[in-house]
Amino acid sequence: MSNRSSVEIFTEWDIVAARQLGRNEAKNSGFGTVDQARITTAISELARNIYLYAGKGKIEIERVSTDGMKGMTIIASDEGPGIPDLRKVMEDGFSTSGGLGAGMPGVKRLMDDFKVESEVGKGTTITATKWLR
Amino acid sequence: MNSKMRIVVNEHMDTIIAEWIELMKEEKGERFFHFMPQHLVEKTSREFTTLMTSNINEGENAVNNERLDDFTEKVIRFGWSIKFVNKAIDNFAAVVFELLEDVEVITEQNLRIFMGVFTGWINPLRESIIEAYSIKWEQTDTLQKVALQELSASLIPVVDKVSIMPLVGTIDTERAKLIMENLLDGVVQQRAEVVLLDITGVPVVDTMVAHHIIQAADAVRLVGAKCMLVGIRPEIAQTIVALGINLSDFTTTSTLRRGMQEALSLTNREIVEVE
Repeated sequence: MSNRSSVEIFTEWDIVAARQLGRNEAKNSGFGTVDQARITTAISELARNIYLYAGKGKIEIERVSTDGMKGMTIIASDEGPGIPDLRKVMEDGFSTSGGLGAGMPGVKRLMDDFKVESEVGKGTTITATKWLR
Repeated sequence: MNSKMRIVVNEHMDTIIAEWIELMKEEKGERFFHFMPQHLVEKTSREFTTLMTSNINEGENAVNNERLDDFTEKVIRFGWSIKFVNKAIDNFAAVVFELLEDVEVITEQNLRIFMGVFTGWINPLRESIIEAYSIKWEQTDTLQKVALQELSASLIPVVDKVSIMPLVGTIDTERAKLIMENLLDGVVQQRAEVVLLDITGVPVVDTMVAHHIIQAADAVRLVGAKCMLVGIRPEIAQTIVALGINLSDFTTTSTLRRGMQEALSLTNREIVEVE
């Protein structure tokens, strides 16, 4: 089995497909129910951001291992408008779409490692990892 | 041209079927030709090839639409995947073509004309099959959407002044709207004072789902009822906290049962055992 799989995000239902994939991968990697829910929710947030702001993009899920630690990485990438102010996006309650504004900071708290790369006009790539304990 | 082809095809039907079955057996993935009893394979194959040749046996150049529909319907009933049906048609065409070459119905000279006749025979069959399959899928898709809508979000009056809305499955934007509408209509109609939103069956509560729930609860408050969120599983509770979603305006409980007790006490009632 390859340790990388991906789902293209075009419609709202692709979000469901992405998190289904994530949940299965998390389950197979040996994560408990709470971490499964965390990973699934994180994927849901990231996929929805792609759907809402970029229109289309990709969610990739990868099994990783370093220094004897195993984990799962979610890579959400799009070629959308990019994020002008990264600091603001990570603030709780900031939203440009009338939502709760808890998505990005929420994902950071749900996962262990979190990294955003974004360039205005070029797109955004978010990498988030959860380690197996 | 056409009639000659017809005669040859009909004459060699048994050879065609046998060769076609051999070719189909090589197809991986579909188990039909390996696991079905021999006589059934034989029968289905004969049926398929008869269907394939049915429109040249008419002896006309024009495609007979009725016959084509009939063919499509029957092939669909075999229950094969579209890829497999396509392959079956391909293989059939290849076998027939080779045969016609062998008996020299097709020669170097008439190859060009013959290709026209041949594709005029095979292509409508293939197109019709593809169209029928896609129509079938679209129908399934619509039916399932309707079924999902019927499943979603009905407000159930359980006791006087208390109603429950059990939510099951994924909540998308469309469903969220439906939930809101049914909730408000139901509250007014059923004169509910307390509404229990049960999310036991919702697999993921992300910010969007939470946002919709909060909005629905606010709207319920505006029409003069109280909304409670019940059925919060432990892992959902943890993700909600991690996301930093503020649900402190809500009464929330882990199970519907406790929510029900809470709702009754809010309306100054309780369940007692009868002696």
